[in-house]
Amino acid sequence: MARRLLFSSHRRGDGGGFDSPELRNAERQLFLFKRRVGIAGVLVLAAFGALFARFFYLQVIQHQHYQTLAETNRIAIVPIVPNRGVITDRNGVVLAQSYSAYTLEIQPSRVRNLEETIDALAAIVEVQPRDRKRFRKLLEESKNFESLPLRTRLSDDEVARFAVNRYRFPGVEIKARLFRQYPLGEVASHVVGYIGRINDRDVVRIEEWDETANYKGSDYIGKVGVELSYERELHGTTGVEQVEVDAGGRAVRTLSRTPPIAGNNLRLSLDIRLQQVAEEAFGARRGGLVAIEPATGDVLAFVSKPGFDPNLFVEGIDAANWELLNESPDKPLLNRPLRGAYPPGSTIKPFLALGALTSGKRTPAQTIHDPGFFQLPGAAHRFNDDKPGGHGSVDMYRSIVVSCDTYYYVLGSETDIDDTWRFMSQLGFGRKTGIDIEGELTGVLPSREWKRQRFADAKYREEHRKWYLGDSISAGIGQGYNAFTPIQLAHAIATVANDGVAFRPHLVKSIRSLRSGEVREVAREPTHTVPLKPEHLAVIKNALVGVNREGTGATAFAKAAYVSAGKTGTAQVFSLKGEKYAASKIDERLRDHALFIAYAPADKPRIALAVLVENGGFGAQAAAPVARKVFDYFLTGENRAGPALPAAAAGGDDESD
Amino acid sequence: MVNLLIKLWAVLTRRIDSFLLGVALAIVGVGLITLFSATDQSFTRVSNQATSLAFSLVLMWIVANIPPQTLARAAVPLYVVAVVMLVAVALFGTIVNGSRRWLNLGVARFQPSELMKVALPLMLAWYFQKFEGRIGWKDFAVAAVLIVVPVYLIKRQPDLGTALLIGASGFYVLFLAGLSWRIIAGLGALGAAAAPLVWSHLHDYQRERVLTFLDPTRDPLGAGYHSAQASIALGSGGVVGKGWMNGTQTHLDFLPERHTDFVFAVFGEEFGLIGNAVLLLLYLLLVGRGMMIAVSASTLFARLLAGAVTLMFFTYAFVNMGMVSGVLPVVGVPLPLVSYGGTALVSLFIGLGILMSVQAHRKLVAT
Repeated sequence: MARRLLFSSHRRGDGGGFDSPELRNAERQLFLFKRRVGIAGVLVLAAFGALFARFFYLQVIQHQHYQTLAETNRIAIVPIVPNRGVITDRNGVVLAQSYSAYTLEIQPSRVRNLEETIDALAAIVEVQPRDRKRFRKLLEESKNFESLPLRTRLSDDEVARFAVNRYRFPGVEIKARLFRQYPLGEVASHVVGYIGRINDRDVVRIEEWDETANYKGSDYIGKVGVELSYERELHGTTGVEQVEVDAGGRAVRTLSRTPPIAGNNLRLSLDIRLQQVAEEAFGARRGGLVAIEPATGDVLAFVSKPGFDPNLFVEGIDAANWELLNESPDKPLLNRPLRGAYPPGSTIKPFLALGALTSGKRTPAQTIHDPGFFQLPGAAHRFNDDKPGGHGSVDMYRSIVVSCDTYYYVLGSETDIDDTWRFMSQLGFGRKTGIDIEGELTGVLPSREWKRQRFADAKYREEHRKWYLGDSISAGIGQGYNAFTPIQLAHAIATVANDGVAFRPHLVKSIRSLRSGEVREVAREPTHTVPLKPEHLAVIKNALVGVNREGTGATAFAKAAYVSAGKTGTAQVFSLKGEKYAASKIDERLRDHALFIAYAPADKPRIALAVLVENGGFGAQAAAPVARKVFDYFLTGENRAGPALPAAAAGGDDESD
Repeated sequence: MVNLLIKLWAVLTRRIDSFLLGVALAIVGVGLITLFSATDQSFTRVSNQATSLAFSLVLMWIVANIPPQTLARAAVPLYVVAVVMLVAVALFGTIVNGSRRWLNLGVARFQPSELMKVALPLMLAWYFQKFEGRIGWKDFAVAAVLIVVPVYLIKRQPDLGTALLIGASGFYVLFLAGLSWRIIAGLGALGAAAAPLVWSHLHDYQRERVLTFLDPTRDPLGAGYHSAQASIALGSGGVVGKGWMNGTQTHLDFLPERHTDFVFAVFGEEFGLIGNAVLLLLYLLLVGRGMMIAVSASTLFARLLAGAVTLMFFTYAFVNMGMVSGVLPVVGVPLPLVSYGGTALVSLFIGLGILMSVQAHRKLVAT
């Protein structure tokens, strides 16, 4: 019956007829098909007839009306691109600015032979093969009849030379255009990001903002970093000029002009000199560093090494440079603090200890005996400590200062993973910190629920989804499933340093409107407060100070002019099956990651940070010295004269605060 | 020697439907002439388009020489590949990157939907052929799923225009396969009832387009402006037009997208109502020939495929001219065989190749 409903039979006389086998023959089918085609044909005729009627209406009946409109259609609307906002560091050092320069542009539709014209132009101004390549590419992609740049940033000489020869080149013009420049190049490139030509996806984005009109005439848009996340602040409002055009389409006079409104200026919370000190402290090593002012959430330094030169991207990166960046095993385009999730290693210990104090699982004085390994009752597997003979009797203070694994194996085996999850997630682990650039990873803070979801796929079995005690034990020393981003670690240590009052880390400190002079501060209020008891905080903070005074961080912080607190960490990249770890024997890229979290001064923290050195080996050796250099510079002004800033970087923003 | 040439010519033209090719080339010719004017006499653009044409003709010849049975065998794999690519786009297609190369890769976003334009009708025609004679409600449900999956994925991209067009191509196959009028009426009623729901799911800019269509003064600088300027171009062309390369709307920069989606406005301005009538007639001949081929095909598969391809030609032409003349909202649909753009030209000539294949092989598989 249902069949009859859907494909009605011929008896009802409207096609179909598949349901009566005796009638199922080729001719019958063909007849029915012909009838359907006939109906379609009638619809086609009707549709084209309607179109013709519409044309008749427009071109005959309304012809006079439209004729008049076309004749008076002499007003062209020309967009005026606004100046993009300036990005500076917290002290007004310019990190990104726009400047006006001359470009040599060709209107391809007005040039008979492009190759010849370009050859002739090459005799007057310098035209590199890659300029030609880029021009050809633009030509392929261009949709409108805009003029396309052959050369950008002409020198004064070149401008003068072309002006003299101008009559020879109809359709070729010199235009003043705005360019983006990143005076410090690689410094803070992962924070500032870059702009690039608007592509198809950007067009969709602009349409979703409902800003299509405002981007008329704009060629560039933020692609990465602050340039991307604050695009709508930086862009500004496009102006409009109404010009009267003559019969040849040339502008005769301006009828009205709405000037553009320049984009807002951004003042970052970064201290660019500190940033440079931090970047230099990494040397040629890969890694990331995030330094936060605990009391405000201001990000003081944000390093991802290696970086890249954002200036390469502005005009569209050429294939050779792109390959260099994109295919390098060092991954210079990867924003490590934001998008790199690493096992935290021992840097997780102070947080777990704080959790144990808060839940009452441990008192500060409670001790365990560390024989150099931990074994579950009745199990053969030994969880080894770093120190072969063990640390002997260990209380909470010593467990942090000497980084005793056994203490945390025991704690891990006695703590329910979901309780750990509840406490740790308050510190921001396993969730986005909400920093104001796009693409942040959540990392992994394991829980029963998490494991169930992670292995939900049908190819896993139930035993894969179950949480085991062994999982809790490796999670206890920051291995296992734990994976945090450097920004999460920095955020967590800053929160502890700030006695549990958490701020959203932010790279942009304030936004300043050029037009009104009004300054808007970003994220001044704390997001939440982790309920921590002062006496518990004191125990942990004291132990962290102990690390840098007499523990694993002592060598790096010997003779520092301030008291600092820290914790080292080493995260396994490569699991050695029962063998002894020996850095020299292992391929460099499989060596352990070195981590260090710290804040200083210990009594009134002004800076908290997390350092990660990829494949750096022990945290104490590779990561802690980086933190030392950053603290020295920030707190004592050592190296204040330090790295020289290019002259171009001075001034630009006259804010005084 | 001469014999050899004659033989070669015979091989080359054996599967080619000269009437269909003649009409198509006439339309392309109109397109090139208009393009030359629309691009302010750009030889580059015209020769680019001519190169695409040469490439398209080769592809058309190849497709025309593939028997429909072979096409039928490719239906399932093509469809599966196209769906997988659409899913991949949905999963991995959001990575934003600043380099030009990525921009080129960004084009890949359109490629799966371009492939789907051919794959969906092929798949449905294959399906109905396979179950010929015992098609029940289950098959209708399967066919509906086969249509809805790609349409949904493309709509999500978001590319509503293409999604609707691909949905239409699927619907044509069902219609030609004899889908009951009751269902068609039911779908129509359902569509009307669901309109408010659809409205609430549209992106803001999509709603804006519809509103602008209803009231062009809403957006004098955006789509409404385009539409108004196109109407002025057509209307001021009058009966005989302003003459080739003399359209003021065109040459004074008032017409947007004038060599792509709005190329018809250039044509209508310069060649007037007479030109428009000729162009309509050419499309009508093309569609009529396609329908004849569909009707004289020997298998259900070939019939359905040829019918659906033909109706898609009609749909593109109708939607584009309707949009330019202001009876349909502004959607990004090029005018078939006329608008500038290599990809569209290639797809269209593959469609012509399919029609020719059906025509040339009709006797070989006669039962």
